[in-house]
Amino acid sequence: MSSENKKDEEMKTNKVLAGKTTRRNFMKNLSIAAAAGSAGLVTGGCAGSATSEEAGLKWEEYFKNNYRLMTQKEKDETVARLVRLAKLRDNRDIQMSNQGPHENVLFGYAFNISRCKGYMDCVEACVQENNLDRKSKTQYIRIFEMDPGQLDPTTGDGKFHHEVPVDGKFYMGVQCFHCENAPCIKACPTKATWREPDGIVVVDYDWCIGCRYCLAACPYWGRRFNWGDPQVPEAEVNVDQHYLGNRMRMKGVMEKCTFCVQRTRKGKLPACANACPTGSRVFGNLLDPNSEIRFVLANKKVFRFKEELGTDPKFWYFMD
Amino acid sequence: MMTTNPDKGIVAFVSDCMRWAFTGGTVFKIYLAVVLILMVMGGVAYSRQFQEGLIVTGMTNIVSWGLYISNFTFFVGVAAAAVMLILPAYMLKDKDLQEVVIIGEGVAVGALVMCLMFITVDMGSPLKVWHMIPGIGLFNWPSSILTWDVLVLNGYLALNGLVPLYILYCNYNNRKPVGWKYMPFVFLSIFWAVSIHMTTAFLYQGLPARPFWNNPLLGPRFLASAFAAGPAVIMMVLIAIKEQTTYPVDINIFRKLNRIIVVSAVINLIMLFSEVFKEFYNFTHHSLSAQYLFFGLDGHDSLVPWIWTAISLNIFGTLLFAFGPSIKYRPRYLMLAAASLFTGIWIEKGFGLIIPGFVPSPMGEVVDYTPSSTEIMITLGVLATGALVVTLLIKPALIILRKHKEDAVETTASC
Repeated sequence: MSSENKKDEEMKTNKVLAGKTTRRNFMKNLSIAAAAGSAGLVTGGCAGSATSEEAGLKWEEYFKNNYRLMTQKEKDETVARLVRLAKLRDNRDIQMSNQGPHENVLFGYAFNISRCKGYMDCVEACVQENNLDRKSKTQYIRIFEMDPGQLDPTTGDGKFHHEVPVDGKFYMGVQCFHCENAPCIKACPTKATWREPDGIVVVDYDWCIGCRYCLAACPYWGRRFNWGDPQVPEAEVNVDQHYLGNRMRMKGVMEKCTFCVQRTRKGKLPACANACPTGSRVFGNLLDPNSEIRFVLANKKVFRFKEELGTDPKFWYFMD
Repeated sequence: MMTTNPDKGIVAFVSDCMRWAFTGGTVFKIYLAVVLILMVMGGVAYSRQFQEGLIVTGMTNIVSWGLYISNFTFFVGVAAAAVMLILPAYMLKDKDLQEVVIIGEGVAVGALVMCLMFITVDMGSPLKVWHMIPGIGLFNWPSSILTWDVLVLNGYLALNGLVPLYILYCNYNNRKPVGWKYMPFVFLSIFWAVSIHMTTAFLYQGLPARPFWNNPLLGPRFLASAFAAGPAVIMMVLIAIKEQTTYPVDINIFRKLNRIIVVSAVINLIMLFSEVFKEFYNFTHHSLSAQYLFFGLDGHDSLVPWIWTAISLNIFGTLLFAFGPSIKYRPRYLMLAAASLFTGIWIEKGFGLIIPGFVPSPMGEVVDYTPSSTEIMITLGVLATGALVVTLLIKPALIILRKHKEDAVETTASC
């Protein structure tokens, strides 16, 4: 049933794609012409070829389409432009992927609340991996210290700052739950956020207008806004990037956990699951009957947060 | 009778309107200067926000909408309230209200301009706004309520701009407006007025993530409070016109507005009481936002003085309107009543509605929000722009209407 739906979705996207061809070409031609013009303007027709190249690339970037409507060729072109811009602007050599989802993959996550000790290695790994803004201390993952007798993280302490583990406490991690029926996607006025076929809810940072309606709509506080220009020390920049993942964001756009799309589509674990010293984090393909996540769902008692809202998250909690 | 008069033409119309809009006495010039200074200050503040990002505001990832969206919400109501004049004036052929319906429409246009500006200044990436334009961008309609709001607000702006423009242009040329050319749009604008405010309510009401907003009474209450606050604004404008100009405003108009305001304000208070009862009779997890608003939560109580001021002003204004002397026109009394009610609803429906929706956060965190000085300056700039738009629309409109009336009297006399 769900795979049929997926097919439908794909067909719809293709249809839209076909319909947009003329406009796309028009916009592209326009942007190339304008780029040439603006390049001339910026440089005054002489010297400073780097500046004019940068201006031209920026101009083309400004007029590019929503990522979902791009052909593979256009996706490659925008990635090439962004790589070049990183070099021109920050003298930084990055690799950027636009790798799509794999067939028969649906990512899911399970979190063992009896194992987590609140060490926060996951949070640190996430910050490093995803180039999160150090200035505003943006974090996708929150760990809540919980009193026994409670299973709702809103009753816990999300700002604890002391030696862990504390006797009699347990720990619960929250992040974007990658809902199948995500209120944020419905809310977005420009279709700048969507659910990929492998279940990852992503944001096209270049398409987001920054209205923050998705942030208001998310019942899990899974989204973060760039209130200012995000800053990452040059030495700490993760140059292994993905268009829909950890590439550098800009001010005024929304971002969120992407299940480390740049890692997981290459078959690696997300940084948080990779970093966890206690083995509390289980990540895998829900469509693979031999995966660990399927084992957890089949053999453990699991529950989800705010199940009553009907969001159908792909993130479960379980106990040993 | 006067249809044979030749048109003076669009150019003359526009230049005459501009002339009438900007000429006036000393009081008017001071007013104009104040408004322009506020606009410039707002512009300077906005250029800073544009460069540095929304980090210059008091908003955070927890309270992610603030002063801008609060004001947006309130002024959608003011815009919608024009229907309370349009309905009786055009549909019930109420002679008194026909005289001032143009003022209601002018206020609506000004309010809508403010709404669109508040939305724009709240955007993180305003240069990308073309992504939302149907055709060249991607418009997530009908899924996103925000796209509905964009459609209804712009549609209502067009309706409230074009209908009065047509009528004024006819009057300017001493022609009688042709009914079938504009009445369908008047009809449409009546339904449309309700829709703009219901849609804006649905923006919030449709979010299960925010229990404080996820409440079926929100839409109807938006309407009731709008139909009290909107006519209150219009009454204030009318008092200013009656006191400051020679334009005749009949006392009956104030009596009728008074009646509209009382009925709406009482319904609004009943609904407010109903909401408060639901939140506090059996206190649930979902009542925490209301507790934060009315009494404070975990030591955070920045909204408490505001909401009690708002409710006091609300009740005070309602009582003044309900028990005031209806026979005599007392400008100061009415001004006080209208200003109290307007301010009360402004605070309650702006700050008092938007901020508690975010507190506590979906993860249970409680923080306070205080708008920054930049945010306040931008807000004042937008409000000043709205005031200027209203003024520049109403001034020439009243002159045209008056000339038309005098001409009509002369023509009948000479016949």
